[in-house]
Amino acid sequence: MINARHLITTSLLALVLLLSSLAQADLTIRITKGNDQAIPVALVPFMWKGKGSLNEDVAGVISANLARTGLFRALPREDLISLPTKAEEVVYRDWRLLKVNYLVVGSIEALEGKNIRIRYELFDINRQESLLSESVAGNLDNLRNRAHFISDRIYERLTGQKGIFSTRIAYITSVQKGNTMDYTYRLHVADADGQKSRTILTSKQPLLSPSWSPDAKKLAYVSFETGRQAIFVQELATGKRYQLTNFKGLNGSPAWSPDGKKIAMTLSRDGNAEIYIYHLDDRRLTRVTHHYAIDTEPSWSPDGKSLIFTSGRSGGPQVYRINLLSGEESRLSFEGNYNARPRYSPDGREIFMVHRGSGGGLFSIAALNMDTGRMRILSTSPLDESPSVAPNGAMVIYALMIGEKGVLGVVSTDGRIQYELPAANGNVREPAWSPYLN
Amino acid sequence: MELMKHSKVFALAAVLALIAGCGSTGNTEEVADEVTEEVVAEEVLSSDGAVAEAADSAAAAEAEANAASDAILPAINTIYFDFDKSNIRSEFYDVLNGHAAYLMANPSAKVKLEGHTDERGTPEYNLALGERRGNSVQRYLSLQGVDASQLEVVSYGEERPAVRGQSSQAYSKNRRVEFNY
Repeated sequence: MINARHLITTSLLALVLLLSSLAQADLTIRITKGNDQAIPVALVPFMWKGKGSLNEDVAGVISANLARTGLFRALPREDLISLPTKAEEVVYRDWRLLKVNYLVVGSIEALEGKNIRIRYELFDINRQESLLSESVAGNLDNLRNRAHFISDRIYERLTGQKGIFSTRIAYITSVQKGNTMDYTYRLHVADADGQKSRTILTSKQPLLSPSWSPDAKKLAYVSFETGRQAIFVQELATGKRYQLTNFKGLNGSPAWSPDGKKIAMTLSRDGNAEIYIYHLDDRRLTRVTHHYAIDTEPSWSPDGKSLIFTSGRSGGPQVYRINLLSGEESRLSFEGNYNARPRYSPDGREIFMVHRGSGGGLFSIAALNMDTGRMRILSTSPLDESPSVAPNGAMVIYALMIGEKGVLGVVSTDGRIQYELPAANGNVREPAWSPYLN
Repeated sequence: MELMKHSKVFALAAVLALIAGCGSTGNTEEVADEVTEEVVAEEVLSSDGAVAEAADSAAAAEAEANAASDAILPAINTIYFDFDKSNIRSEFYDVLNGHAAYLMANPSAKVKLEGHTDERGTPEYNLALGERRGNSVQRYLSLQGVDASQLEVVSYGEERPAVRGQSSQAYSKNRRVEFNY
């Protein structure tokens, strides 16, 4: 669901637009424009053909998913003038009057035991045709998961781009006991909408930098549980984990290679923060960078042929790239005095990073276009960090501070929509968007 | 100015090294006392908020009371850094000299140098920056003659702030290296 706070902010900003200067209006126009352009869709509640009531509102979940992309706007339920559940009941004229472009109807049938079958159909109102008609098997315990699957199908049919509603996010929470040094850190994995969170590790010592394996089955992360930094790898299905590194000094920034065979990381075993590649098959370690400044936060190019990373070699953190074959290094970021923790878009065209302008001020999430060299600012709260790109490249999740509380924010890569994920207990940080699960 | 400070430090280190070499407890006491007094003086003289925060009057009094004995554990256990910097500010040389003297007088003593940053910037870059701060202190102490085996650097980056809040004052207290014996 789009955060209510965001909506309030939008209306407040609209008010500011009327009353105040153009400079302040800029931001408002961008947000309002995004909302205006969203394509209206109607999702009729799916009819339940079984006993009792369901624990999930399937059409509601799909509706919220589509709205969260910023591309679609769901018609409020009270505005629905009829409640069709199958094609024969759809009267196109009614939906044209409501000015919706697309309509989704469906029903859920109870089968043996807990099994169910969801039938749904997607219609193009203007063309008066059915775009998608499917039957999806499931059970009473995975209704939400099925709703995400259907959302993915609908999104892909309408946009031509794969949906990310069935993907997951990993993140870290920390809870401080009163004003003491007693912290509890947890590593969580949740659905992309922030729901169905489960804790996969709890520690009294800091946890950070979760990185997904490309098959989405494992996470590598940094834990201080041994009293110093170490990189661990954990299998999500079994919870089985092992310690990958135990070098003197830094053991940080694990980043799984696209082929899943290597993990890039930061070590200071040779005296200074440098980037290394750990080969998982033969446990070989290759050193990548050689510079007396800090080199850290490596991330792979989609083709696995180069790494981008943060280096302090110019006097402050900036983003660099190294070609792993030739060893050739180049500086990529020039605008601003703090550019760090780069992450490629899946198509390799943009690099998302933490950015602070030359005048100082906010730490924002920004996108650097690799063709034009131009930097686009995507977020505007004061302390934004840890950008992680969804596998379809449409959204970026990041960490921000609201007062003294850390929460997760999501912004579409076109800047059209921005929302915060439902707050969990404690400070939320270090989000990592999973690859596709299938 | 900085050079002069440095040469004074080196001279002191040389003297300490010589004395440590000949193993006379009497002489060690004398020099150690001098160092301790310097640290105490720093506390009293300094009006810097960051330093004053670390020093409490009880500890200072205790330090004075113990001044006659062996090199004692300096009362100030934290030094502070500028944003995105890891160089040691000259105002902290005396604090570090106190720790160097203590460590040299107590070769079995071990200390963890815990490097920290403020919350701005990225967590992993800050871990590297915290380590760099720890390394700066380690290098300084080694130059004074402290044995490498007595020193260990651990960086917590921005994970363990000393002070909550987002004021520049809070940030300045979080950019630090703590001596953890």
